[in-house]
Amino acid sequence: MAIVKMQKLSVCANKKNRKAILEQLQSLGCMEITTEGIDDPQLQKMDTDKQRQQFLRNADAFDEAIRLLDRYAKAPSKGGGLFAEKEQIDRAQFEEVVKNQKQLVTAGQAVQRAEKTIAECRGTIQKQENRIAALEPWMALPVPMDCSGTKQTSYLIGTIEGSITEDQIFAAASAGLEDPAPVSVNLLPGSIPGQNNMLVVCLKRDRDKVENSLRAIGFANPAVRVDGVPAEAKKEIEEDIKSQQEEIARQEACIASYADRREDFRIASDYYRTRAAKYDLLGTIPQSENMFFLEGWVTADRAESVKNLLEKKYDALVEKEEKREDEMEPTVLHNNRFSESVEGVLESYGLPQHGKIDPTFIMSIFYVIFFGMMFSDAGYGIVMAIACLIVLKKHKKLPDSTRKMMQLFFWCGISTTFWGIMYGGFFGDAIDQIAHTFLGVPSDVKVIKPLWFDPLSQPMRLLVWCMGFGLVHLFFGLGIAGAQYIKDRDFVGWFSDVFSWYLFIMGLVLMLLPSELFSSIAGDAFDFSGITKLGPIPKYMALVGMIIIILMQERSKKNPILRVLLGAYDVYGVTSWLSDVLSYSRLLALGLATGVIANVINMMAVMGGNSVAGVIVFILVFVLGHTLNFFINALGAYVHSNRLEFVEFFGKFYEGGGRPFKAFQTANKYVEIKNLNQGDH
Amino acid sequence: MSTGMVLALIGAALSTILAGIGSAWGVGMAGQAAAGVTAEKPDLFAKVLILQLLPGTQGIYGLLVTFITLSRIGVLGGTAVTDTNTGLMYLFACLPIAICGLISAYHQARTSVASIGVVAKDPDQFGKAMLFPAMVETYAILALLVSILAVTNI
Repeated sequence: MAIVKMQKLSVCANKKNRKAILEQLQSLGCMEITTEGIDDPQLQKMDTDKQRQQFLRNADAFDEAIRLLDRYAKAPSKGGGLFAEKEQIDRAQFEEVVKNQKQLVTAGQAVQRAEKTIAECRGTIQKQENRIAALEPWMALPVPMDCSGTKQTSYLIGTIEGSITEDQIFAAASAGLEDPAPVSVNLLPGSIPGQNNMLVVCLKRDRDKVENSLRAIGFANPAVRVDGVPAEAKKEIEEDIKSQQEEIARQEACIASYADRREDFRIASDYYRTRAAKYDLLGTIPQSENMFFLEGWVTADRAESVKNLLEKKYDALVEKEEKREDEMEPTVLHNNRFSESVEGVLESYGLPQHGKIDPTFIMSIFYVIFFGMMFSDAGYGIVMAIACLIVLKKHKKLPDSTRKMMQLFFWCGISTTFWGIMYGGFFGDAIDQIAHTFLGVPSDVKVIKPLWFDPLSQPMRLLVWCMGFGLVHLFFGLGIAGAQYIKDRDFVGWFSDVFSWYLFIMGLVLMLLPSELFSSIAGDAFDFSGITKLGPIPKYMALVGMIIIILMQERSKKNPILRVLLGAYDVYGVTSWLSDVLSYSRLLALGLATGVIANVINMMAVMGGNSVAGVIVFILVFVLGHTLNFFINALGAYVHSNRLEFVEFFGKFYEGGGRPFKAFQTANKYVEIKNLNQGDH
Repeated sequence: MSTGMVLALIGAALSTILAGIGSAWGVGMAGQAAAGVTAEKPDLFAKVLILQLLPGTQGIYGLLVTFITLSRIGVLGGTAVTDTNTGLMYLFACLPIAICGLISAYHQARTSVASIGVVAKDPDQFGKAMLFPAMVETYAILALLVSILAVTNI
């Protein structure tokens, strides 16, 4: 329930143990290492950038190889997807991979090379197919395309676009020649419409004349050129395509043959990534000729064991240090099993700094309650809780953040079920609708009754309750601010910034509740007339509170007039209380939204009436509709629970600004080595 | 059908139509931004999807008010409206969520687009980025409340 106390350690050890110590710390993963504080001009730093880059490249190469293996040799799916876990492997298996790393790198490169060949083959096939398509209209040409003629004759091979007949071409070609012209025009069959491919034969001496005449009517050389007769050339190209395809199949088989190395590739990828992380750190470590130095943060309870380990095993000199002025301890939170589930939410806002109060516990209680009020349907709550429970039971090794999220939604599901029962919602009014439509219960009989009351029929009553909850939430926030003042021994601050507001706001609320104004708004659902027995006490409370605020809130100001004026302006802050409290009306609005949309879905679902078709329609609409409503409203409840915590609650006291703890640890993406973390946890 | 009934029905229709237009517009705008981010960084899909959906709630609020109205004016239950004044009251009771839904969804979407930009640059800031559009939604929620309270108390 608090921020974990951190201890700074400084380590000084012999260079020959450098690798072993770093590896040990990395596998423990419990220390955040900094080296910025040590700046002695005598100390040198190693340039490890080249090795680090090389390791990262290797890791990427293996990632790529794994991706290719997944494409060409599908692994049996282990399921998981979103909840994928790291695979557990033995230490021995890991050592084996490290021993064979050279060989594995070669294997990984072979896989990548095969993929490159496949890509090249695909490119060639594409190109050849394009050539075939271009050749298609020339299939009927009986002579090689590059043939210029015989001893006496010239061949002109080409195309004229547009609609033109053989006679017209002949007429054009024979212009200026003797009659009958020694020209033969052969239009090739199988041409594309509008594109006339032809073979024109003429005497060699007439060649220039005929060609010029033909060019005048649009004769052009063929767009495609092949050696030899087109029909034969096509066959050759097809042969080539076939051989390329065979090559692709061969290379795919080659990749697939590495399928049993997939596991090793994964381990190797992680190995290189972890090594890169180590070298990254190594490059920042200051060293002298024989020694190296580093500093780091560990949680205070682990400090002694880390110190002992390094001293006993590696002869290092480890000292506990005080933090420097300009330094900030990293924040690690530790909470009970229920409250730790909102740590992720808190983290997304910003962690608390050391010396401040960790609001996780109070935040977690209100978060779950508010989520339940906004989602407010027993059916949805049960579905959500069970789904989260299944995920948590099936996947024991989830990453911490995912596990906490699942836990949070499990608790929210429970709370949602609770509020669903209070409001009488189970998939909206599904049970009533089913009873009325399919079971013949008269439609004026209510089957399910809310345990508390139906929000739709008494929205004002729930609105007042929501604002009541909001006020309690805000008072807790102010309470934490107060606790912080007391922790810092600033009693004047507590009196003038916290106590004054309690007095002022409570006085105002107590004045409002029994008033005409309130009862005219809230109707007769509430009776606060008992408060009038307090007499003028609420008025005095508000007044005293206000006076303290005016006189004390701006106590840092020297000028008394300015102090009072600014203090009076601070009283105006009561409007922010008003808007904060009103903001909790979203608890009602979103709660109603879930319930009413669910009712609309049920109403549409039973429109089919009591028949076989009706039941089928019912099931379809019910499942689809409620799934949609579930996700949209779960999203709304999540977003607005966050908002109520972040804006209204945190607005009263929270600063954040803590620095997250970044342990120096292994960078494993795929696997986790078993039995490594001895003495850990 | 009385004039009052017609007016009440116009109100009921407007709250779904206008708030729905706002949400469709907004979710569409945010969706384009989200799709762009997903093309570059597919891992961010879930996060940007949530941000895209945020301006979608106004349409639901509009539907909610329509439904409550219909269930009170004799279409899905309740009693038919006979006099013009009551019909006018229903019409005006529906207007807050209709108009505020339309405009707030548009502005929420613009904030969502900006937040999607934040998440694209730094996915760790998702928690904060989500808050900005949620702030805009507050006013749609207030409008919804006023509409619900007005309709249920006529």
